[in-house]
Amino acid sequence: MNKPLRRVAVFCGLLVLALLVRVNYVQYVEAGQLSSDPHNRRVAINQFAQPRGDIIVDGKAVTGHTTTTGSDFKYKQTFTDGPMWAPVTGYASQAYSTSMLEGVEDKFLTGDDDRLFFNRTVDLLTGKQKQGGNVVTTLNAKAQAAAYNGLGKKKGAVVALDPRTGAILAMASTPSYDPGSFAGNSLTDEKNWNALQAKNDPDDPTLNRALRQTYPPGSTFKLVTAAAALQDGKVSDVNAATNSPDPYILPGTTTPLNNEGDIPCKNATLTTALKYSCNTVFGKLGADVGLDAMNKEAALFGFNKEQFVPVRSAASNFDTKMSPDQVAQSSIGQFDTTATPLQMAMVASAIANDGKLMQPYEVDKLVAPNLSTIAQTSPKEMSQPLSEENAKKLQSMMEAVVNSPGGTGGNAKISGVTVGGKTGTAQHGLNNKGLPYAWFVSYAKTDQGSPVAVAVVVEDASANRGDISGGGFAAPIAKSVMEAVLDK
Amino acid sequence: MSASNTTTITSIGAPNRRNTELVMLLFAVAIPVFAYADAGLAKHGSVPAGLAEYGLGLGCIAGIAHLLVRKFAPYADPLMLPIATLLNGLGLVLIWRLDQEPSITTPQLGGPMAPKQLMWSALGVALFALVLVFLKDHRILQRYTYISMIVALALLISPIFFPAVYGARIWVTIPGVGSLQPGEFAKIVIAVFFAGYLMVKRDALALASRRFMGLYLPRGRDLGPILVIWALSLLILVFETDLGTSLLFFGLFVIMLYVATERTSWIVFGLLLSAGGAVMVGTTEAHVKVRVQEWLHPLALQDGGVTETAQSRYAFGSGGLFGSGLGEGYSRLIGGIAPKSDYILATVGEELGLAGVMAILLLYGLLIERGMRTALAARDPFGKLLAVGLSGGFALQVFVVAGGVTGLIPLTGMTMPFLAQGGSSVIANWALVALLLRISDTARRPAPSPAPSPDAEATQVVRSQ
Repeated sequence: MNKPLRRVAVFCGLLVLALLVRVNYVQYVEAGQLSSDPHNRRVAINQFAQPRGDIIVDGKAVTGHTTTTGSDFKYKQTFTDGPMWAPVTGYASQAYSTSMLEGVEDKFLTGDDDRLFFNRTVDLLTGKQKQGGNVVTTLNAKAQAAAYNGLGKKKGAVVALDPRTGAILAMASTPSYDPGSFAGNSLTDEKNWNALQAKNDPDDPTLNRALRQTYPPGSTFKLVTAAAALQDGKVSDVNAATNSPDPYILPGTTTPLNNEGDIPCKNATLTTALKYSCNTVFGKLGADVGLDAMNKEAALFGFNKEQFVPVRSAASNFDTKMSPDQVAQSSIGQFDTTATPLQMAMVASAIANDGKLMQPYEVDKLVAPNLSTIAQTSPKEMSQPLSEENAKKLQSMMEAVVNSPGGTGGNAKISGVTVGGKTGTAQHGLNNKGLPYAWFVSYAKTDQGSPVAVAVVVEDASANRGDISGGGFAAPIAKSVMEAVLDK
Repeated sequence: MSASNTTTITSIGAPNRRNTELVMLLFAVAIPVFAYADAGLAKHGSVPAGLAEYGLGLGCIAGIAHLLVRKFAPYADPLMLPIATLLNGLGLVLIWRLDQEPSITTPQLGGPMAPKQLMWSALGVALFALVLVFLKDHRILQRYTYISMIVALALLISPIFFPAVYGARIWVTIPGVGSLQPGEFAKIVIAVFFAGYLMVKRDALALASRRFMGLYLPRGRDLGPILVIWALSLLILVFETDLGTSLLFFGLFVIMLYVATERTSWIVFGLLLSAGGAVMVGTTEAHVKVRVQEWLHPLALQDGGVTETAQSRYAFGSGGLFGSGLGEGYSRLIGGIAPKSDYILATVGEELGLAGVMAILLLYGLLIERGMRTALAARDPFGKLLAVGLSGGFALQVFVVAGGVTGLIPLTGMTMPFLAQGGSSVIANWALVALLLRISDTARRPAPSPAPSPDAEATQVVRSQ
């Protein structure tokens, strides 16, 4: 009986060996995949197991944390002036994940980022709790407040950039939400979250209109058309009369393109046309420049591409296949042309920065818990949509919009400072039935170049249709943002 | 016995190893006590209030068991008792640690389990003591071969009259006492029956066969019993939806048949029949089908949620090499009472890490191999068969549970011996260890010194290796 007994003993040994091999496989080979599986609650628990790092504006944290009881998650994010900063910070909710900076820099904020490895090791050795790093933003608290308060109860968005660097100074979106209202995972949090969802709130408060919503840019797009005409050599003297009929019959059709109101657009100079926002002049100009050159210029300004600031923004659109009449309509910001507020701020900032477009960014640096800088963003040139000479010509045109009598941007005038701007009133909806969008893009200039460029869009402001115009609604907001940056 | 020396000790001057056992027992008590303190510190920041009682309790259990072994089975294997004590002690710590999770210690789920488990452990050691004290010689059990068969059948069939719990009909509910898993006890009783039966029938089974294609085909009337047991285990499976128990009994029977008859053909038949049975049941029985699906796709969501299988896999995955430390894992996510019973190995994996799981598996492996060694050393065929049956069954149970929890094979509802929460399991396994110790005591006991020869001429002892 001993021979089979030995074999059985070996067989039992093999069973145990098989188990040993299996646990090694599960706990070593599969471990990485298992411990990062999105359905593994440990991932979320780990995310909130220690206080997250903070998001810092002007040296002050706009986020904080508090401990919670009664759930798996130890810490909960809190938000100072939540609705105002929400488009920047996004949310970090125990139940509903993260978004915006809280999402993009999640690993750094939780302290799991590889770049914090050294700090983690030191903490491990000294027995300290794991700590998250801080994200220092480029935002300007005063400009943000001006933008947010300027929008007030109206629906809309504001983006302000420093044209010299591309640093984002303000990024507001209304109506907004308080990310702190659903940071936990209680029933109240669930109720608050559900109430904010687009299906329950038609205003869609959690939408970041500054980055993620594209609007027809309306007349503000004429800046791009003007830049294309200058760069392409179609126009060299902005004060020379153009050959423009009024009304302009769209090429290949019998449809006339009209101007809004009784304005002197026939054969107007480019400066005059921009000042009064002549559809006829710029429509014809766009068609003359042609699809290819228009597309090239739009792309140089950043159209048709998502931007990462590092939060992703939606791609603005300028169609790449159009008939000449569609090119003409697109060139005045209608048809399929759409732009995010960030995109239009980039257009203004490239012009203000003498033709150089700087890559927009909102994270100045990432600092470790011990305050040492882990990563620093250095300003980067994205493209050069305009030569310096042409940029100066366009600046003079934009300044005329604000300063010369009859200009549409008079509301943005700031005494003692050179301000250039462009209004826009974009119609939308079937047969233009929807309330128009009011746009205003502008920049301010001092001896040290231009410290601020702003894009403002106000959706269907609750006023009579006729009253809505970029100059009336959007320009005052842009003005207060510029003043905040200039410290006026 | 044959020319090769199969006894583990010589018959002269054998050390009884009781002091070795005592030293190892000290470790087997100290390690769980430290583990208990560690879990308490991690969970509440303080040494648990009951540490002294717990240490004393476990110490008493181990001490009494040791003294009994010293008195009633002095030549028994020194390793089995410390291993059983250590596994039982660690199991208690793990259950206590899981008791600290409010979400799985609700009154509906039965409240804290550790105190009950401690009580069951004490009862288990009491049964252990009874076996050692009253069973002077394991061969006495031979007399009860057919009674064992009837008892085993009764135990196996009894759960059919009680409602299914968690999809398996393996419990017997006795009002006032709680629920018992008769399968755990049946495992021992059936091993006694097989050992007694096969000892008598082994020659008929082994020799009365025809050779066919290199295999010894047994006669139909000898093949009968194995077919009956096969059918019976399938019936258990179908009526009680208990994949584990049927696998265990069938495996047990094949192993013991093989050892008794020394015929490989039995293994071949056994594998063919069990494969056939597994395929048939796996494709028809809904409960088993689900288990197989979860085995093939462990991380798949069910009803939009994560399954227990996935949760236990996550627990293993997060453990890494050394684990999170006792009390610092999230085994509660597995939910219900499962982390204390079916999935307790996942808690080991998460909190003690790969090192801890391997240590536990090696402890099981050692216990199994000491049982096998006892079988090798036993001098009587009944003892050999009983020892191999008990330790083989134990090995199958460990493999089926651990393999199921780690995803090596489909999951079946069996308990991790000594480790998992469950009264029947703890008691039955203590009795199992007592039986093995009894056999090993008989096996290792030095042969009585020969009576002095009247014609006192010195005889040269020639020892062959």
